[in-house]
Amino acid sequence: MTVVEDASVDLVSPRARRRRVIRRRLARRPGAILGFAVAATFILAAILAPVIAPYSPSATDFDSLLAKPSWDHLLGTDELGRDILSRLIWGARASIQAGVLATCLAMAIGVPIGLVAGYYRGWIDPVISRVTDVVLAFPFLILAVGLAAILGPSLLNATIALGVGAAPGFVRVARGETLALREEDYVRAAIANGAGDATIIFRHIVPNMSSTLLVQATVTIPAAIIGEAVLSFLGLGVQPPTPSWGVMLADAQSYLSEAPRLAVYPGLAIFICALAFNLLGDGLRDVLDPRTTR
Amino acid sequence: MADTLLDVRDLSVRFEADEGRTQAVDELSFTLGEREVLGVVGESGCGKSVTMLSLLRLLPPTAVVTGSARFGSLDLLAASNAQLKRIRGREISFVFQEPMTSLNPSFTVGRQIGEVLQRHLGESRRAARARAVELLDLVRIPAPASRVDEYPHQLSGGMRQRVMIAMALACDPKILIADEPTTALDVTIQAGILDLMRDIRDRLGTAIVLITHNLGVVADIADRVIVMYAGRKAEEAPVHELYEHPQHPYTIGLLGAIPRRGVDRLQEIPGLVPRLAEPLPYCAFAERCPRADHRSRSEVPQLREVRPSHLVACFHPGSE
Repeated sequence: MTVVEDASVDLVSPRARRRRVIRRRLARRPGAILGFAVAATFILAAILAPVIAPYSPSATDFDSLLAKPSWDHLLGTDELGRDILSRLIWGARASIQAGVLATCLAMAIGVPIGLVAGYYRGWIDPVISRVTDVVLAFPFLILAVGLAAILGPSLLNATIALGVGAAPGFVRVARGETLALREEDYVRAAIANGAGDATIIFRHIVPNMSSTLLVQATVTIPAAIIGEAVLSFLGLGVQPPTPSWGVMLADAQSYLSEAPRLAVYPGLAIFICALAFNLLGDGLRDVLDPRTTR
Repeated sequence: MADTLLDVRDLSVRFEADEGRTQAVDELSFTLGEREVLGVVGESGCGKSVTMLSLLRLLPPTAVVTGSARFGSLDLLAASNAQLKRIRGREISFVFQEPMTSLNPSFTVGRQIGEVLQRHLGESRRAARARAVELLDLVRIPAPASRVDEYPHQLSGGMRQRVMIAMALACDPKILIADEPTTALDVTIQAGILDLMRDIRDRLGTAIVLITHNLGVVADIADRVIVMYAGRKAEEAPVHELYEHPQHPYTIGLLGAIPRRGVDRLQEIPGLVPRLAEPLPYCAFAERCPRADHRSRSEVPQLREVRPSHLVACFHPGSE
């Protein structure tokens, strides 16, 4: 029977077979599955916030200030009587938005620069590499705080600051991959067939580094999520009354002794969300990077 | 001989790296006629690949190339990058040694063959795909209509080399330069590839330059053979002439190293190909040559015609 099964494997289209290989490898990594499930839950919560949040995030209920968890308010209420669960769900919006958009921005800035450095080399490569090293010498959060302070407080500016701060990581990855890929035999063969720079970069280099970039992205997203919380906590990101995990943490400071849960819930949300994306990223790296699979 | 397609004169290639210079090719001249199959033979490092790559400026920027290479009305070595881009893959095509890694793993073979057609002939994607199927059929890949949509990792080494040949032939080039096309393949697959190349020459009239270290391969397919040693031409002759009356001691050594029935032990040539920083002022083979004398060690032997259309660069030529 196994023979018949093996024969049927070959009839499946190559993409389907590759997908199945990836699924099978993923199945051996429960951490990655868990990370994927939790990250997906957060993303869904962010998208569906208006539908699933039991209350409006800014609706105040002055009859129950700092209420303990109950059936009315599953996670209790804050100092203004706002439902904490609803605020957490709405807060996921700011976090996911900042995480994903900042990562996209970092990729949009970093990848072209890295490609230019790695592909053309010459004088431009050391210039780009040194500038990248200088920027990477600053801790990511310090850099983002500095940029956000210059740009002024708002979610958009915080996202831009995080994106610019994360761009050097993409420069480095894209440059390294380009340096390696441009020495591949198929790039040499393409040049011998008359391919120009644009063809080589966009058809031979970029598609073959996409999985590495995907992994770098899944590492950048949790960093940007934490970054958004930090900026909002410091008042450089989302502005109250708009809910954000960082804003909630900041508000909770004054009530730390009476109602520590006000700080615990958003803190847990940040922790779990970042952990989920990190687990997913680790799993994807193992699955997509042929060098780490036997 | 038919009209000359490619006329290379005094080609020298030198690599200027930080670690020092290397003289890879030293004043090499040769011609290639239409429909001709030219074998270029020599050990690793003798400059045979570098010679061919230098013609289309495919060497790294550290290479300094001098001389001339007339192709039609154009001197390839003096051509602009834009002119060369139109020639690469269109007029002169390459097939490389490593079929396993010479195809882009992210695209189907059909797309990759089509890419060349779209670029040089401006064909539509649909037309390019249809032509890709024809080309796969031409290089004798079974079931080309389904193979065209497969990815490189689904094909064997021999298949991939056929795909590379199909890609090289896509624009019906005048010259096909094959650099050790069979070296990475099994012996049975090798025979098939050589068979295919002979067939291509007969059917399409493509001139072929076959670079190899294997004189057996050359005997199979070439019309004329150039034996290179340390960046210089040691001997040049029509293939049968070369096998029946080898003149240069190096050629004789190479022929002795071909496995044959009834010969228990292969003759090796002692020593290694020298790596040169500068052109040697004497015969480069002298160190390893049983016939070398004082003159070999003090003068560069010039090429001379010892038999009809048989050139040798040796002071002491002769079979055995």
